Amino acid sequence: MGLREYILTRVILTIPMVFILLSIVFFVMRILPGNPVLLRFEKNADPQLIASYTHKLGLDKPLYIQYIDYINDLFHGNLGLSMSGDFSPVAPEIMSRFPATLELAIYSTLVAILLGIGLGVLGVAKRGKVDSAIKLYGIISYATPVFFVGMVLQIVFGVFLHVLPVYGRYDGTPPSGITVAGIHIQTGLYTLDSLLSGNFQAFLNSASHIVLPSIALGVVISGVFVRITRANMLETIRADFVIAARARGLKERTVLLGYALKNAILPVVTVIGLQFAILVSGAVLTETEFSIQGLGLYLVDRVYFRDYTAVQGTVVFLAIIITTVSLLIDIMYAYLDPRVRL
Amino acid sequence: METILSIRNLSVSYYTDEGEARAIRNLSLDVEKGETLGIVGESGSGKSTLALAIMGLLQPPARVKTGSIYYKGRNILSMQGEEIRKLRGKEIAMIFQDPMTSLNPVKKIRDHFIEYITEHMENIDEHKALEIARKMMKSVGISEERLDDYPHQFSGGMRQRVMIALALALNPNLILADEPTTALDVLVEAQILELVKRLKNEFSLTLILITHNMGVVAEMADRVAVMYCGRIVELSKTEELYKNPKHPYTKGLIESIPLLYNRSRKLVSIPGHPPDLRNIPSGCSFHPRCPYAFDKCMNVEPELEKKEDGRYVACHLY
Ligand SMILES: Nc1ncnc2c1ncn2[C@@H]1O[C@H](COP(=O)(O)OP(=O)(O)OP(=O)(O)O)[C@@H](O)[C@H]1O
Ligand code: SF4
Ligand SMILES: [Mg+2]
Repeated sequence: MGLREYILTRVILTIPMVFILLSIVFFVMRILPGNPVLLRFEKNADPQLIASYTHKLGLDKPLYIQYIDYINDLFHGNLGLSMSGDFSPVAPEIMSRFPATLELAIYSTLVAILLGIGLGVLGVAKRGKVDSAIKLYGIISYATPVFFVGMVLQIVFGVFLHVLPVYGRYDGTPPSGITVAGIHIQTGLYTLDSLLSGNFQAFLNSASHIVLPSIALGVVISGVFVRITRANMLETIRADFVIAARARGLKERTVLLGYALKNAILPVVTVIGLQFAILVSGAVLTETEFSIQGLGLYLVDRVYFRDYTAVQGTVVFLAIIITTVSLLIDIMYAYLDPRVRL
Repeated sequence: METILSIRNLSVSYYTDEGEARAIRNLSLDVEKGETLGIVGESGSGKSTLALAIMGLLQPPARVKTGSIYYKGRNILSMQGEEIRKLRGKEIAMIFQDPMTSLNPVKKIRDHFIEYITEHMENIDEHKALEIARKMMKSVGISEERLDDYPHQFSGGMRQRVMIALALALNPNLILADEPTTALDVLVEAQILELVKRLKNEFSLTLILITHNMGVVAEMADRVAVMYCGRIVELSKTEELYKNPKHPYTKGLIESIPLLYNRSRKLVSIPGHPPDLRNIPSGCSFHPRCPYAFDKCMNVEPELEKKEDGRYVACHLY
């Protein structure tokens, strides 16, 4: 199978998956007690007003009609209007919040990979006490809830040391990106935008905000990386080709990184893909804790108001992002392992 | 003759939960410069352990209990860090049994060569290293375009050729080949052995050839050391050994040669099994299987001694 067919197949397979997920969310939300209209008003609001809002949102129609309507809209690329607040369209809201989540996801994955792979390799290279300590770290960090790590970081760095901000993404007006040849580039990733516009002060401002949340989430995810890296390194380090590499008198660094790690990294890459889904759920908690206006916080908020369309839209969006990332990871895997030819 | 490698009173054990497996017991051996020394013995007799000890590559649970291994007068077993690293690959190179598992699956062949050469020779850049790689590939009969391939893209025999080319890239003095053809079929085996023979002369190498195939040693070796249960039980010139084997175990091995043509490549014709290395029989460790065993054999361990005819045997019969 060529790479193109492979990608095509994966994309086609993704559609029913997203569809099923969406359907579950659609019906479960409506079966759960509470709805966007009731949550909008006081308990003893005018029944007529409630009826008019229910009609306006189309919630008086039979469930299957609502479902068909929504799917129809979706296939036309329309995520619909929010069911609470000012009834603004869902899609732009999601897009405006996505960069915050993406930025958090990128930095915390980076933290997790650096910590995880770094400590994993260190443990295998040093053995003994260092290794035992690292093994313990792997277990503890995996078992620790992200809000606990976040809270400790907030207390230590924010409250006691006063060195890092503990909520939000930026103090003041966020950086606006850069205009190149008449095209305005603004990613919404504040650290990137500030660098693009060459504003170092703005970069420090945004970077300082992302440090604690990324460490909180990154530490929690790194536990898995430490364990996988360690386990795979220990296995590959006993492999014949590693002994053969030593027999060739290669430097220990080459043996550890070029042979043991390079081969142990393959399963780690797959795990990075799997972790991404967990990352998104972790992002929800982290965003809540650090008041980051990202998709996670949005989702929690909208579920609370039973904002059906907003929740559905966010779920569809996240599902597509997650499957895209796992596809990219697969392609990367094929690139790293010459034996896999897609 | 000049002795290139000298092993003195080497004992190696594997310490496992089930006890101490004494893989090599008080073994001494001299390897002469330029010779091909065959080391034969059943599976588990300690051949690979000996090879790894010579490379200074034994790892836990293995431990060297006693002894020394001198390479050109320097004790390999007391070398550390850069000293041992520079010896490995540069002075002594090793060829492994399974070339599939002894090359890095995620590296191209060219990168194997480049890193190998540049990490040993500071004054050689990638470009020059590649030149050496091309030359080496040519001398083992593989076209140089294949340097861009990954290990899995080669057949077994071709891969072993690559391993040989790699092992010779730095022009080492001593080659340790641990069952280099066991994983190959008979035809390819013959070709590889032919190649090894030719290159040995071309590069004036000393070769230690480990195998459990008596046919291969007969074909290749100048001298043969027969190993049993972690010891050398007989050592002599190949021709003498085949014409007139002394040790009862050697006799058994040689009688088993016709079996090789049965495509049964294991030495199975000697009745009984090799002993458990955690619980080695008293006296001569071969006595439970030896048709000539007598009282003394159960109590006194025979030493490897030089007999009147200049041959080394460890057996109370002589
Ligand atoms: N990693 C290990 N842990 C424990 N015992 C080991 C280990 N490796 C080898 N041994 C023991 O050491 C003995 C000698 O093993 P070695 O691999 O040197 O034999 P060999 O002569 O090379 O056999 P083969 O022909 O099968 O390659 C074996 O009987 C085995 O029990
Ligand atoms: S010493 Fe005894 S048991 Fe051992 S090989 Fe010689 S005769 Fe057989
Ligand atoms: Mg072996």
